[in-house]
Amino acid sequence: MATDTLHHGATSEPHEHHDASGTKVFGFWVYLMSDLVIFGSLFATYAVLMKGTAGGPTAADIFELPFVLVETFLLLFSSFTFGMGVLAMNAERISQVKAWLAITFLLGAAFVGMEVYEFQHLIHQGHGPDQSAFLSSFFTLVGTHGLHVTVGLVWILVMLVQLSTKGLTPMTRPRILCLSLFWHFLDIVWICVFSFVYLMGVL
Amino acid sequence: MFGKLTLESIPYHEPIIMVVAAMMAIGGAGLIGALTYYRKWGWLWSEWFTSVDHKKLGIMYFVVALVMLLRGFADAIMMRTQLAMAAGGAAGYLPPEHYDQIFTAHGVIMIFFVAMPMVIGLMNLVVPLQIGARDVAFPFLNNLSFWLFAVSAILVNISLVVGEFAKTGWLAYAPLSGIEFSPGVGVDYWIWALQISGIGTTLTGINFFVTILKMRTKGMTMFRMPIFTWTSLCANVLIIASFPILTATIALLTLDRYFGMHFFTNDFGGNMMMYVNLIWAWGHPEVYILILPAFGVFSEVIATFARKRLFGYTTMVWATVAITLLSFIVWLHHFFTMGAGANVNAFFGIMTMIIAIPTGVKVFNWLFTIFRGSLELTSPVLWTLGFIITFTLGGMTGVMLALPAANFVLHNSLFVIAHFHNVIIGGVVFGMMAGLTYWFPKAFGFTLSEKWGKRSFWCWFIGFYVAFMPLYVLSFFGAVRRMQSYANPEWQSWMILAWVGAVIIMMGIACTIIQFWVSIRDRKLNADVTGDPWDGRTLEWSTSSPAPFYNFARLPEVGDIDSFWSQKQRSNEQLDEAPYTDIHMPRNTVAGPIISLFALVLGFALVWHIWWLAGVGALGVVISFLARVFNDDIDYYVPAAEVARIEREHQQRKTTPTASDSTESKQTNYAEARA
Amino acid sequence: MSHSSSNSTSSHGSVKSYVTGLLLSLVLTVIPFAVVMSGALGTVTTVVVIAVTAVLQILVQLVMFMHMNTNADEGWNVMSFVFTLTILVLVVGGSLWIMQHLHLNMMIG
Repeated sequence: MATDTLHHGATSEPHEHHDASGTKVFGFWVYLMSDLVIFGSLFATYAVLMKGTAGGPTAADIFELPFVLVETFLLLFSSFTFGMGVLAMNAERISQVKAWLAITFLLGAAFVGMEVYEFQHLIHQGHGPDQSAFLSSFFTLVGTHGLHVTVGLVWILVMLVQLSTKGLTPMTRPRILCLSLFWHFLDIVWICVFSFVYLMGVL
Repeated sequence: MFGKLTLESIPYHEPIIMVVAAMMAIGGAGLIGALTYYRKWGWLWSEWFTSVDHKKLGIMYFVVALVMLLRGFADAIMMRTQLAMAAGGAAGYLPPEHYDQIFTAHGVIMIFFVAMPMVIGLMNLVVPLQIGARDVAFPFLNNLSFWLFAVSAILVNISLVVGEFAKTGWLAYAPLSGIEFSPGVGVDYWIWALQISGIGTTLTGINFFVTILKMRTKGMTMFRMPIFTWTSLCANVLIIASFPILTATIALLTLDRYFGMHFFTNDFGGNMMMYVNLIWAWGHPEVYILILPAFGVFSEVIATFARKRLFGYTTMVWATVAITLLSFIVWLHHFFTMGAGANVNAFFGIMTMIIAIPTGVKVFNWLFTIFRGSLELTSPVLWTLGFIITFTLGGMTGVMLALPAANFVLHNSLFVIAHFHNVIIGGVVFGMMAGLTYWFPKAFGFTLSEKWGKRSFWCWFIGFYVAFMPLYVLSFFGAVRRMQSYANPEWQSWMILAWVGAVIIMMGIACTIIQFWVSIRDRKLNADVTGDPWDGRTLEWSTSSPAPFYNFARLPEVGDIDSFWSQKQRSNEQLDEAPYTDIHMPRNTVAGPIISLFALVLGFALVWHIWWLAGVGALGVVISFLARVFNDDIDYYVPAAEVARIEREHQQRKTTPTASDSTESKQTNYAEARA
Repeated sequence: MSHSSSNSTSSHGSVKSYVTGLLLSLVLTVIPFAVVMSGALGTVTTVVVIAVTAVLQILVQLVMFMHMNTNADEGWNVMSFVFTLTILVLVVGGSLWIMQHLHLNMMIG
């Protein structure tokens, strides 16, 4: 059993284990830094190509700010609810953890749903990502963020299963912490998206 | 059903490829046959393929790299032969569309599948030992990184016999690499091989960054780390910060090719110059990823064989950090001629010259270490001295290229080719050969033949100059890169000279192969029984050779730089009488190879547009990964008694009369070298 | 078993910090949306408002949600973040500078 290994500590070196969780979380943080560079590259590409509308629609033509505001609130609240889930984990209240994760999932799924709707709507109108450099970079930047959120949703489901089958263990705890970093990171990237793509786009 | 793949995809009508394919098939069959006959599959799987032991992964990286060196070098000798022939209207034997694939494959293979894995292989083998750790921070990810790299190498090799490779040059500039101008599968092979191995490399960067920061043994502050560990740390920082740019850029090219998007197309608002900009924003840090660990090797080798602490440890560290930072503000020097204008060019030109300064600091530190030391001219030292001369020359031609005005004349000429081979061969290759020789005994328990090592060095050193100095000369006559033939017959004698140089290098590679053969044959004679064949200075030499799988029975405590050296000065026997404890180790992983196998399926399927197969591959990756995620049984404890037994064995080997002590075994090697 | 919670680096939150973070973020979201959708301010001012509120909200979330701080545990986190930001400024900023000049000189893009 995994918990056995942690408590075999009597004859093993003391400093080995106590930061295994910290190491995992730090490693995940470093991965997030690399992810930040990917997004940075995509933002740079968007900035360079956003004027490349090839006679097609510009940002102002296709962005619907009220829609984006709702998406933003969904993601923001989901960041909050995940935070509540982490607090519940610290308090060892596993059923509360699962409840908060489930709410986070619903909010995140709603966000992704809205984004898929927005994309489909644009494609239907003939403004798909293959129509101009602006559209290519818009769909890719926003879509990459949406893909990350989707991966996060799958991860939430996995954690819900693991919490149900294994509970809060030295294996599941750091994963929840890593997922929380991931989730908050995605909200931070979204701030950049709605600010520099949507809001500045319609000016 | 099979997408674009048909029987016609196999190049039956290309004799060279068919011969190579036959050789690969026979060689492969022989290997598989031997493994089956000697019943080694189980051993291979459980001892090597599923291992999470950083030492074994390091060895495997190096093995794949050496195999790919043969392929990359075959490309080189083919190109030199073609150019030796194709003067003044002669066609040579390689038509342009083949020649283009060959120079593309040569670059891709040498950078991604030879140099990178050698660097990563050495880091894997050495860094945890140097910092007194038992393994890296994320052993499973380490295994996964290796296999993602390995299957990418397999994908590149498949492209030789099924389909074609890219004809765009190793960086696949758009719009040539876009779907309009490269409709075949070549660029797609390029894309997926680099994306898959790129993920592996990024994971390695994260892994080693965390390992070095968080898992150093007690007392090893940052400024007590060996220089090789410092340079590895900086190289990993570069990997983490730069590889995502490559990932993103290749992804955008992929979207252009697969979904008709317009990032880098000629029309609909695309901007192909952004491709060049982004790819070099990655590409420049990449070359520093390669060279910094090589610098680290040289620092270790010089200090060890000059029997003197490295001169200027602190300035070495700061120079390395400076290079790391500066490498992110020079990238435009790869495209001065693209048209950004004088101000932009001036900034990047100046920055490029500035980055030469910290490297100069390092060279002086090496020289000052040698001065008043008693330098033993072993083969690692020869590689190092060869490096100092060759890399310095290559660096100087780099400073020449850094002048935008000069660059406008030299861009895309043979001068550039000569320059970067000058620094990559003189720097990275020589560094990897030195590192291979230096750390080989730690990996395998016996030293390599000095005689053949020296022969290899001299062939490489002489061969390099004979092969590449003519290219500098030719560039002043106006010769350009990536040309399959040339009009001016006066250039031919220089091309032939360059060909001779390539042949001499080939003899150097042959010497290395012979070196392995002879050394393995004589391994009992050259056994490293003490673990410290060179009277080394750093912690890896305090373990047996090869090191036990757990590295250190007791985690060492460190008080200064070159702590092992100080420990030896204080006493010749390890007095540690404290009891052994249980050691926590990670289990092997089946998921690493299996995830990667599905990634290979996914990559191949995407190349050929076999969508159902791609789905299978993707699903396989996800499910295998989830299986790992749900697996709790990933570690175990080595009982203290077992540790004691292994340590006892090592002590006994060290003190048995028939097994010579460290001085004698060193003399065996050096005596042989003098013979 | 409080073993991991006392050692894990990012679990030192409290309900208060999350609620404060949420409220601040909401305000910092509504402001730029309102400014843009109402068109009340000039273009330059609007851009400044958008940028400033974005930066502030990012900081709020880093501190309140992700518990980034400068104590010993988190030291490397902050350092890596600052380094990554530096690289982003160099690469993104540099790219924009380069591409702008290429656009002027080469009449593409």
